[in-house]
Amino acid sequence: MKFKPLQIIAHIILILGVLLMVVPIWISFASSSHDSVTILTEGMKFHIGDQLARNYNEVLNEKGGWSEEVTAAKMFINSFIMALGIATLKVVISAMSAYALVYYRFKLAVPIFWLIFITLLVPLEVRIFPSYKIVSDLGLTNSYTGLILPLVASATATFFFRQFYKTIPDELLESAKLDGANAWSFFIDFLVPLSKTMIAAMFIFMFVYGYSQYLWPLIMTTAEEYWTVVMGMKIIYTESYEGVALPRTAERFAYIILSMIPPVLVVVFLQKWFIKGLIQTEK
Amino acid sequence: MSFLDLKNVTKIYPNGTKAVHETSLSIDEGEFMVFVGPSGCGKSTLLRMVAGLEDITEGDINLDGKLMNEVDPSERDVAMVFQNYALYPHMNVYNNLAYGLKNRGIDKETIEQKVNDAAKLLQISDYLQRKPSMLSGGQRQRVAMGRAIVRNPKIFLFDEPLSNLDAKLRIQMRLEIKKLQQKVGVTSIFVTHDQVEAMTLADRLAVINNGIIEQLGTPIEIYDNPKSLFVAGFIGSPQMNFLDGNLKNKTLSAEGFEIKDINTDFDGEVTLGIRPEHLSQSENGLINLKIDLVEQLGSDNLVYGQLKNKKDFCYRCPGNQTIEKGSNLSLNIENNKFYIFDKSTGKRVN
Repeated sequence: MKFKPLQIIAHIILILGVLLMVVPIWISFASSSHDSVTILTEGMKFHIGDQLARNYNEVLNEKGGWSEEVTAAKMFINSFIMALGIATLKVVISAMSAYALVYYRFKLAVPIFWLIFITLLVPLEVRIFPSYKIVSDLGLTNSYTGLILPLVASATATFFFRQFYKTIPDELLESAKLDGANAWSFFIDFLVPLSKTMIAAMFIFMFVYGYSQYLWPLIMTTAEEYWTVVMGMKIIYTESYEGVALPRTAERFAYIILSMIPPVLVVVFLQKWFIKGLIQTEK
Repeated sequence: MSFLDLKNVTKIYPNGTKAVHETSLSIDEGEFMVFVGPSGCGKSTLLRMVAGLEDITEGDINLDGKLMNEVDPSERDVAMVFQNYALYPHMNVYNNLAYGLKNRGIDKETIEQKVNDAAKLLQISDYLQRKPSMLSGGQRQRVAMGRAIVRNPKIFLFDEPLSNLDAKLRIQMRLEIKKLQQKVGVTSIFVTHDQVEAMTLADRLAVINNGIIEQLGTPIEIYDNPKSLFVAGFIGSPQMNFLDGNLKNKTLSAEGFEIKDINTDFDGEVTLGIRPEHLSQSENGLINLKIDLVEQLGSDNLVYGQLKNKKDFCYRCPGNQTIEKGSNLSLNIENNKFYIFDKSTGKRVN
């Protein structure tokens, strides 16, 4: 098969795109396998060095933080729990509220939907003081509940689920009704399996959203055992004895690479569902 | 009281549209009733009220001696086949059939037995593990019917189930539905806008127009004896010819001919209806037709032409006759089979 010029150009563009995505990650990874001194003196690296095992071991097991109480491993677990909680609850709550909005034709359904939608204009950062006040009054600072709960309402996901449910033909509901399905079983037996793709996609987005939260955990947690990855990135290797030691650049790279693993795993795992869902729902 | 009783049933939508006007109807057990009418006449609304998918504004619906007005559709023990089948896209055929049974808390072995029996009856046993998206139109249709049969409901409701099929398959499925209904013996209501479907399927036929049952009877009764202009025009293909006329002293004068000794006391403006198949050629016939077009169907010829006053007219003759385009035909009405309707009310007067 011969390539036409247009195809060659297209491939070059695609390859450039791939490089744009992959090269920074590769540089981070390669740099994480060198000594901090090497990186500071010679700049970032393209090839793998000999300090790989030592750097990663140090990142995972060394206790850091102000009072040296928390390891990076613990922070990964915290972030994972937080992201998992946020993503799961967001999907469940959004799917159910969209179900109510679409299938229960009560008078205020449309105003309520817009009210939910308007919350997009008020992200957490804007309402951070009242949110903090409420959570701290409830005594939820320094807890997983406090990390997760204020972030679980999602207008975006509600909107997407609502649009999806609206495309499901009414006959399906009517037919299910005649088959003896009640409101709950219609949701579980029909809407959930039919929106599998949607759920997988939403879960991925919301997981990444939860995982990359910075401001909220920063404000919420005073105890180091609840620190999350993203805030840790800033804090963990800040040396308290400034000016004396060298910045630990290599460990930071190792930390960055490790911090990417949980969201990547979620995407890889759910992608199967995602594709399966796409194939099955085609009519 | 009969099996299904509709008493003065009325449906008014919230926006004020009156879809069904005080309709009363009784259907006997095992009967195949067809609702036929043009789109928007209220036939589907009536069916959906029986199913419980639409609220009843006024009137009562009784099924098997029980008042159904406030009963939830899932409790009514009715099964419905939808126009687009409404199969459950994420379940395989087996689960499509079994879902209704599972919801009724029937044990697994009985479900399997029932599903397999229904599948055998409909010849879909080979597809039980497939998803609806992998089935052809005809197979989907069967699954939809299987889903209705398997529950052994009190009544089957069909909402234009054949309109998504191609012409050949439609005729085949029409036959199968009729056979199946006779075999299973379940009371059925079938909604259609296709008068051929209506004629062939029905034990009894309800011709509905503007939310009112215009006429109720066996297909032949309705064909032979339409009570109104609407029914006369709706049932029969090709459509009945209508001519304007005047009735006075039992004599009808229309389009240049007269018919005497008509059995009616009505005087005034009327519409004369003559079916294309109730005409025959004869010398000095009543009607003179200048032929525009001949459709040869093989068994029959449909001859389209114009009367002297340019009015369109259709005549159906056996297929072995050759009729030239542009020639003139002289036609007589066979055995006095013609219908006279009051022009203002549309009511039959002879």
